[in-house]
Amino acid sequence: MDKSKSKDRDKNVSIRKMIEENKQSVSFTNIVELLIPKILLVIAVISILTTAGILITLLAETIEFFKVVPFIDFFTGTILKPLGDNAQFGVLPLLMGTLMSSVIAMIVAIPIGLMTAIYLSEYASEKVRRVVKPILEILAGIPTIVYGFFALTFVTPILRAIIPGLDPTNILSPGIVMGIMIIPMVASLSEDALSAVPNAMREGALGLGATKLEVTWKVVVPAAISGIVASFVLGISRAIGETMIVTIASGSSKNFSFDLTQSMQTMTAYIVEVTGGDAPAGSTLYYSLYAVAMTLFVFTLIMNLIAQYISRKFREEY
Amino acid sequence: MKYIDAEQVQKKLGSRLVLNNLAKRLFFLATLVGLVVLVILFYRVVTDSIGWIDFDFLTSKLSTDAERAGIMGAISGTFWLMLVVAPITFILGVGTAIYLEEYAKKGRFQAFIQINISNLAGVPSIVFGLLGLTVFVRGLGMGAVVLAGGLTMALLVLPVVVVSAQEAIRAVPQFLRDASYGMGATKWQTIKNVVLPAALPGILTGVILALSRAIGETAPLVVLGIPALLLPLPDGIFDKFTVMPLQIYYWTIDAALVAEYANLAAATIVVLLVLLFLMNSVAIIIRNKFQKRY
Repeated sequence: MDKSKSKDRDKNVSIRKMIEENKQSVSFTNIVELLIPKILLVIAVISILTTAGILITLLAETIEFFKVVPFIDFFTGTILKPLGDNAQFGVLPLLMGTLMSSVIAMIVAIPIGLMTAIYLSEYASEKVRRVVKPILEILAGIPTIVYGFFALTFVTPILRAIIPGLDPTNILSPGIVMGIMIIPMVASLSEDALSAVPNAMREGALGLGATKLEVTWKVVVPAAISGIVASFVLGISRAIGETMIVTIASGSSKNFSFDLTQSMQTMTAYIVEVTGGDAPAGSTLYYSLYAVAMTLFVFTLIMNLIAQYISRKFREEY
Repeated sequence: MKYIDAEQVQKKLGSRLVLNNLAKRLFFLATLVGLVVLVILFYRVVTDSIGWIDFDFLTSKLSTDAERAGIMGAISGTFWLMLVVAPITFILGVGTAIYLEEYAKKGRFQAFIQINISNLAGVPSIVFGLLGLTVFVRGLGMGAVVLAGGLTMALLVLPVVVVSAQEAIRAVPQFLRDASYGMGATKWQTIKNVVLPAALPGILTGVILALSRAIGETAPLVVLGIPALLLPLPDGIFDKFTVMPLQIYYWTIDAALVAEYANLAAATIVVLLVLLFLMNSVAIIIRNKFQKRY
């Protein structure tokens, strides 16, 4: 009986009416439908909060630091002596350490990374590419602490056998190892840029009688230059922020010199040293941590923005 | 008028071809550098660790006596850390990706979040460590416990998960969504029952890669103040802990005092690399086996 009744009613209700009814009823489905976007929005905002958190913590403590140490002294001081009676907080030794290690790293990473990218994109057969690319991925996935161990226990002893005056901890060895670490990044980003150059351009140049090298160097590389330069800049940014390799292999001397054979400290290594030493909260030493971190943050941010700008602005669409 | 001086071209051709051949060899040699370093690195680490990795090494607690020292504490610490990082990055990463791909209107706000995420990916890990130290360890008074380390790591690897989840969601073809809407499904029902299952292999691959990054990361945890020598094993997320990379770090810098510590560090590196290799293999298998091409 019941069944036939409901059947009768169904006949009378039009689909349009059912939809209307459905829209008006506040069902569980509708509530979920309204709530989900709001929940997801809150989750998405967490990434912004993270950036805000970084900026606020760094800024707040950095301001405290500059109440004690004048801004000018910090950025022009060539002596960093955070402990003892006559504590001096000049950031230049750390900037020098960071500059030296990054320059050494890029001297290794840029040519080798770019040549690897050219080989993979222009010369290698599909077979070779299938072998080499995963190996580069493995190289990129090795934790930096392993590279640090490698620098200290393997590269440094070899370098010391070649260069007599080299200190047991020096900036040269971590710089080189850091360069090796960055090779996969430069190679893979540059290769993406090279591969994006359309084949018609290569064929055009080959048709004019250019050799493969001339095609690559005078046509493909210039066409992909924005992506290539962006990969270099990202590599530099990576080198500036790299911590464990320099902490382990470069020691903690706050030298302000161009001498590669000496131990030097980078900004990142300084942060590790000070936090490892349990600086009492509220001391100038503790605040210096944040001032250095802020400097580091600003440097890497500028590098990343430059890389984004280059790859957006100078990209040629084919 | 002669456009091409054949003689001139012929004269130069020889050196051009030689240069061409040289360059090809040079590019090949440069490619070999990476491979050679990888082989040397593995060889070095493995030879240093021979005789040091055995069952006792994996199951013993830490000790100042190199012969008796083991990495049970570091292994369980890594395990607990992943237990915190995995769910948090999964929920935050996938939630953000769904919002950006499915709900957010294309506009300034969406672009702002997107730019913010790509900039977060470029922030040095040690800065995240300072964030964790200030907010979780000191601000919320957690101390250097698993939860504080896990939250810090989760924020650090978040961009990796967001970007890979976005790519996976974007790769789900529109016709699947249209079919679902056509059946009368709502937007969330479509996402939950159609988009996410189709995107899951890609998402999981990203999550595993993010976790393998978190497992190897050292600098942020050093900043949080994880102790060098910790004997009790962690029992929950509010316990103090240490992880394998930190153990490697302390043993490497102390190798100047006790030479055997270098072997212990090498042995720990081998265990860590094996773990990373397994995780990456799983990620590749998931990618190749379950990824559907539309």
